[in-house]
Amino acid sequence: MAKIDVSVETNDQPSPPPTHPNTCPSCHSHYRDDELEQSLWVCEQCGHHFPMRAPARITSLADAGSFVEEATELHSEDPLGFFDLRPYTERLAEAEMKTGLADAMVIGRATMDGRRCELAVMDFSFMGGSMGSVVGEKLSRACDSAAEAGMPLVAVTSSGGARMQEGILALMQLPKTVAAVEDLHDSGQALICVMAHPTTGGVLASFATLGDVVLAEPNALMSFAGPRVVQEITREKLPDDFGRAEQNLRYGQIDAIVPRPELRTTLTRLLRLFNAPD
Amino acid sequence: MPPTEHELRLRQRLGRLRNLPLLGGARISGELERLERQIERIGEEATDEEIWRKVELARHDERPYTLDYVERLLDDWFELHGDHALADDGAMIAGLGKLDGRTIVLVGQQKGRDIHERASRRFGMPNPEGYRKAWQAMELADRHGFPVISLVDTPGAYPGVVAEQHGQGAAIAHSQATMARLKVPIVACVIGEGGSGGAIAIALADRVLMQENAIYSVISPEGCAAILWRDAGQAKKAAAAFRPDAVHCLELGVVDEIVSEPVGGAHIDPDMAARLLGQALRESLAELEGIPGEDLRRRRRARFRSLGVFA
Repeated sequence: MAKIDVSVETNDQPSPPPTHPNTCPSCHSHYRDDELEQSLWVCEQCGHHFPMRAPARITSLADAGSFVEEATELHSEDPLGFFDLRPYTERLAEAEMKTGLADAMVIGRATMDGRRCELAVMDFSFMGGSMGSVVGEKLSRACDSAAEAGMPLVAVTSSGGARMQEGILALMQLPKTVAAVEDLHDSGQALICVMAHPTTGGVLASFATLGDVVLAEPNALMSFAGPRVVQEITREKLPDDFGRAEQNLRYGQIDAIVPRPELRTTLTRLLRLFNAPD
Repeated sequence: MPPTEHELRLRQRLGRLRNLPLLGGARISGELERLERQIERIGEEATDEEIWRKVELARHDERPYTLDYVERLLDDWFELHGDHALADDGAMIAGLGKLDGRTIVLVGQQKGRDIHERASRRFGMPNPEGYRKAWQAMELADRHGFPVISLVDTPGAYPGVVAEQHGQGAAIAHSQATMARLKVPIVACVIGEGGSGGAIAIALADRVLMQENAIYSVISPEGCAAILWRDAGQAKKAAAAFRPDAVHCLELGVVDEIVSEPVGGAHIDPDMAARLLGQALRESLAELEGIPGEDLRRRRRARFRSLGVFA
């Protein structure tokens, strides 16, 4: 798996130690690619959850062969002609080459243990999972698709926040996705959110926290402002589990922490409880 | 430069209005003039220096804040301090007042004037309690059919340990969700800094206005520079790259109208600034009057769901 560089797209990640991506950062166990794939990218020694790519996530959740991707034609544009150290268009092309994805979210219809649902899965390796116009539009279409078909929407998030390179239009994806989720709710359908590490900034402050049920993976960072920003501004000493799923559960911000190997079963149960169609 | 899609939309609206038999009288001809003014503004592309000047004006120490406008525009103001749960957040103001004899609910961030007030109001950066205060006031407005005015002026939501523990992200999302549900008219105006999620939390409105020297952006110029250039000192360059100025926001359709300020900025003549803001708010509320609640809500959601540029 390619190493994920989060240092540019997000402001909340301390630079990771220079280790192999298949080495567990927590207990230093090392795995072969196929071993990690087998264990759903969870360390079998200590339970550390490695980042999971969107296609692998979909394979792990959907019934075999049931996933039909939607809105594959959507690609980001460069509304500002944005240029920092490199042009935004170049960053986009590079991310597309590296990940094989059109943007940081994949949506489509699927079944889980026979129950139909709409899936919207984010991929952190595409520009830090940042939300620009395409991610906003895809989530918005996923809401409509779920509403039309009368089935719940399951969203798996992993994002550093809004995509700065799209400027104010990136910020507008917050109200856009919120409005889409409200339309979904009005149609009587549920939104089930699963927050994977990390879900921060604009994604946390829009659709991710509006789920009827909000789940998180163990130790996932879920904070609006990243730990570094909070520390710099407040000069407070941060609690060890600052912004992590466990703290969020303790403070009542989320409904449950679900380890990855149990996620499919948990989601299937929820789909049954929300009466997802067969 | 070819006309943008938003400009074309404005021109179409203008054309339609011109061809209407002017039965509606003053209100429609007023809108005609306003649209013409807005289109003129789109032609004025700001230079990098001008953009930075606006950033400085938007943050000016003496710029009128929310309560300065409340004092000048509303009668019988009654502040609602409670979020009815945990705390009174000084960074967010909510209350009831009369505008031209009609009860409205006003919400908005509030910065402080002196060092003590700045600290107690956290420089206008609300905690989750502040957003809860705002959405409770807006729900009250919905129950009683009062229009909502929202004045946006914040560097961003407060990035604190406790704020995170109390669900800052969820509070911003819920405040927006509340606004997406209201069946009463909502007019928002960015009157200073429209800083990221902390600003959009109270800006999901039917009409979004922006004062001419206000800024509205996804991240502060300093924050953007620190991340993308790894040097907060490059803020000027960052501002020029993502253009937080009102004209740019109007071009993209993010705001519907630019509200004029006295020459030199709102702080030169706060009374005049308040008159101009009051006039713009009244015109927007008048346009929304009489639209059934369900339609308002549907159009409001559709307005925001149409924002974005992709291929």
